[in-house]
Amino acid sequence: MTDVQDKTEPKVTVTSPTTGDEWEIVVGLEVHCELATATKLFCSCPNQFGDEPNTNVCPVCLGLPGSLPVLNHMVVEYAMTLGRALECSVEPSVFARKNYFYPDMPKDYQVSQFDRPINVDGFIDLADGSRVGIERAHIEEDTGKNMHKSTGGGGGNRIHDADYSLIDYNRAGVPLVEIVGRPDIRSGEQAKAYVDELRAILLATGVSDAKMEEGSMRCDANVSVRRVGDPVLGKRCEVKNLNSLRSIGRAIDHEALRQIDLLESGETVKQETRHWDEEKGRTRSGRSKEEAEDYRYFQEPDLVPLEPSAEWIAAIDAAMPLLPAARRVRLGAAAGVDPTAVALHVERGLDDLAVAAIEAGGDPARVLTHVEHNLAVTGAAALAPELLAQLVTLELEGKLTATQGKTVLADMVATGRDPETIAAELGFEAMDTSALEATIDEIIAANADDWSEFVTGDDKKRGKLTGFFVGQIMKATKGQADGKIVTAILNERRAAAG
Amino acid sequence: MSDPHSSAVADAAPITRDDVVHVARLARLALSETEIERFTGQLAAILDHARDVESLDVEGVPPMSHPFPLVNVLRDDVVGPCVDRDEVLAMAPAVEDGRFRVPPILGEEP
Amino acid sequence: MSATPNDGLTTAASIARAVRAGAASAREVLEGYLATIEGREPEIHAFNLVLADEARAVADEIDRRVAAGDDPGPLAGVPIALKDNLCTRGIPTTCSSKILEGWCPPYDATVVQKLAAAGAVSVGKTNLDEFAMGSSTENSAFGPTRNPHDTGRVPGGSSGGSAAAVAAGFAPVSLGSDTGGSIRQPASLCGVVGVKPTYGLVSRYGLVAFASSLDQIGPFAGTVEDAAILLDVIAGHDPRDSTSIPQAAAPVAPTLHDGVEGLRIGLIAELAGEGMASDVLGRLHAAAAALEAAGAKIGEASIPAATYGLSAYYLIAPAEASSNLARYDGVRYGERVDAPITGEMMEATRTAGFGDEVKRRIMLGTYALSAGYYDAYYGKALKVRTLIARDFDVAYEQFDLLLSPTSPTTAFRFGEKTADPLTMYLNDVCTIPTNLAGHAAMSVPFGVGDDGMPIGVQILAPALGEVPMFRAAAVLEAAAPTTGEVSA
Repeated sequence: MTDVQDKTEPKVTVTSPTTGDEWEIVVGLEVHCELATATKLFCSCPNQFGDEPNTNVCPVCLGLPGSLPVLNHMVVEYAMTLGRALECSVEPSVFARKNYFYPDMPKDYQVSQFDRPINVDGFIDLADGSRVGIERAHIEEDTGKNMHKSTGGGGGNRIHDADYSLIDYNRAGVPLVEIVGRPDIRSGEQAKAYVDELRAILLATGVSDAKMEEGSMRCDANVSVRRVGDPVLGKRCEVKNLNSLRSIGRAIDHEALRQIDLLESGETVKQETRHWDEEKGRTRSGRSKEEAEDYRYFQEPDLVPLEPSAEWIAAIDAAMPLLPAARRVRLGAAAGVDPTAVALHVERGLDDLAVAAIEAGGDPARVLTHVEHNLAVTGAAALAPELLAQLVTLELEGKLTATQGKTVLADMVATGRDPETIAAELGFEAMDTSALEATIDEIIAANADDWSEFVTGDDKKRGKLTGFFVGQIMKATKGQADGKIVTAILNERRAAAG
Repeated sequence: MSDPHSSAVADAAPITRDDVVHVARLARLALSETEIERFTGQLAAILDHARDVESLDVEGVPPMSHPFPLVNVLRDDVVGPCVDRDEVLAMAPAVEDGRFRVPPILGEEP
Repeated sequence: MSATPNDGLTTAASIARAVRAGAASAREVLEGYLATIEGREPEIHAFNLVLADEARAVADEIDRRVAAGDDPGPLAGVPIALKDNLCTRGIPTTCSSKILEGWCPPYDATVVQKLAAAGAVSVGKTNLDEFAMGSSTENSAFGPTRNPHDTGRVPGGSSGGSAAAVAAGFAPVSLGSDTGGSIRQPASLCGVVGVKPTYGLVSRYGLVAFASSLDQIGPFAGTVEDAAILLDVIAGHDPRDSTSIPQAAAPVAPTLHDGVEGLRIGLIAELAGEGMASDVLGRLHAAAAALEAAGAKIGEASIPAATYGLSAYYLIAPAEASSNLARYDGVRYGERVDAPITGEMMEATRTAGFGDEVKRRIMLGTYALSAGYYDAYYGKALKVRTLIARDFDVAYEQFDLLLSPTSPTTAFRFGEKTADPLTMYLNDVCTIPTNLAGHAAMSVPFGVGDDGMPIGVQILAPALGEVPMFRAAAVLEAAAPTTGEVSA
């Protein structure tokens, strides 16, 4: 649908399908995530998804007259943890009331943080090496849930067809952190990567279960476009209802193209809220934002300021687990590769294993290969790194072929036994390289013309002939030879001949 | 102490009929024409009286939101009792299936 | 005060003493008060609801406990009236508003729990200006309360019902709430003792909010000692109120009669001249003289920003109120006026449910907070609040306590000030600065005015200055002419 070019460059442009003009997409994401506390933000009701409606409620979260909020210690702990994980500075903060009428909000104001949020000025380093700024990550309360009912049967559960609505306040007062990203994102793909990375951070720190499908992680995107080189940014639309990673990428790309179409046909983009329809694959107009909201923010008089001590912040830092970006750097350094090359290893949570296996003497390239391709199974993380190191050493010594190694590895994960025992039991003959070398020499002798061309020819020719010789040798060994060892012996012979 | 130009109130235009209509809408209050007229006059008089603070120099004075300076008032994250649902719903004007029932909600969520 | 058939048991102190000792039964005491209520309540209308049967059950239980050798507590068998903005579980709590008519909270306010634990017997919920917004109780949706000293006059407000209940002998003590003078002003107008404690001393949990940063619950009583006993029961930290002071405050009752020898007491110059009735100023100076005679050092204090309190208050309190009262939208509890869609239902409900004064303040507060006006009104008012607190700080370097009138005039007649809201607001000029600063103050009856109506004198103290404040109050009480002597 969009012609997104060159994902790895930070400045991604879009080519208009109609005019061929180059456009830049500018995206800022606002992500709400529910914190994994035992209780709600301001009361001791359980913070629990999926219970019978209106059972996890009390005077405070129902906003009954006379009730007062008291801040949950763990919310502050989690919010600071997330802030520090996002490289934010933790600031003295206050709560404010955001005033507007909506039936799912029991007090008809939302307690949030406005001009003095707890976390400011951070960033996330994405797996592709790009960096997205974080403006702030503040604490606020969630709303209840509306269910839209239709008596006519048609439509149903949609706000526009509803004859009436039903409200469940179990979710009202659940603690949220809203992470407001800077408009540093340049494509739907990068937005997905950002949300994915954020999700990994939330899971690594344990502050949220980050389940988009249950709504514990929700995402809105502010999308605007401009012609490449144009310093002025177009009007932005806030795209809501992005309930999956897939819809985030699709919705942003679609919305950008919609805006480009409008601008190229001489029309203007209206600043508004738009809703993503995953089924139809398009956004539809919501509320116009032309008339600015008047939320009448003021400091929440029922709560006192939050001033975390330096000691408290230091304790949060001390307890911080290693986060995905740092884990990529660590594994990259251990394996001698670029951190972007080990994103998948880290995402699967197998980087500890890989680092330990490399430290135990395993060949880095072979360790990374196994972890990336052969360990996408449950229980893999429990594998003893020393055994993985042993396995790759056996392979390197030519005692196991790559194919055999894979079989042995599966057994190791299932049984926890060492590779030599498994290989012996499976009857994998340690292939003596002397036997292999003899076979290779036989084949060289049998293909003397090709061999001399291999020795003297240019890279292109040699590349072609490498394939030929490896194929012949594999045929002769019935596929039991290790391709890498074969190539190494061939090159050894060529060097000797040249 | 008494620089009238330092006062923000001095700069604020008097409240108008349109302001009153706007504010009533924000506050979800429906006013009749006579009420609009009456409230405009009354609010203007009250706000006009508030102009006496013009003579106070508040330059550099911090706002006071809380009378007693407390910080970091926190509660442990321990589950406590909820209110019985029947008692909760008994207060409500309309309920259905354990939920609060309201007429259809038009207009998007902010 | 009307006579009660209680053989001298007209104070909380004497009732509790007698009930705890088994010398009187809580039930008999209660029946005496219920009889008084039955006799004069139709004329006074102090109550929105009299809880005769519930009170009888509680009194009987107290008598059983005493018989079993238990001590029900410092308020054993003491009848008490509660302002109808204090949440009482299963008992209607209306704030004298149509919008909450019939609403029964599923929980008790912290002070209500503390009263029960101290052995008090709630006799009813008292009338108030709707949502505590007013100075005369004329803004009640259920009709005004009348001043027991002259039923053609207002009892003051907003806690007019609680003040009138004590003045009429319906209960020896009651609770009110004070946001800008709503305890002290009606206490003054009804000739009873009324206390606005330091902000955070008494838990606000279960007090239906008017202006959260100003609201405070406090006692009404016929005597200073009763007010002290009641304050000591309701004060104390509450983990359910984030603004509750965590440190334990010293009780006031034990040192009540320690006198004022050596205390430095300042007359607030800005509140002792223009705008105050001459009879009110006369009683103020008589009170100062009485304190001086008792050994206090009297001087003149200045709170230059005090007179700006009114302006700041009438922006801050409505701003907070506009937000606090948003929840009355017809969705979860209280009245609902049906309409085809929820937004219209909310508007119809609020339009029908709120009275004029509440609407006026909601709009004033909404305006003060709205885009483009925040800095000019609300933001500036918060700064003025700081100036007032600073002025008090300076004054309290020189003085232990301050003295002023409670109300500029004695009780006015019904309708006298309803036409112009601003005229009504001016009633609060002496009481408002204390709320803005978060300090303590109380009104003590000190004779009557030219019209024979009671006049109270206000004693102001810094935050947590209740102990010396009550000592001065006890001195004034002892020196005060009895109502009978002066008005005769």
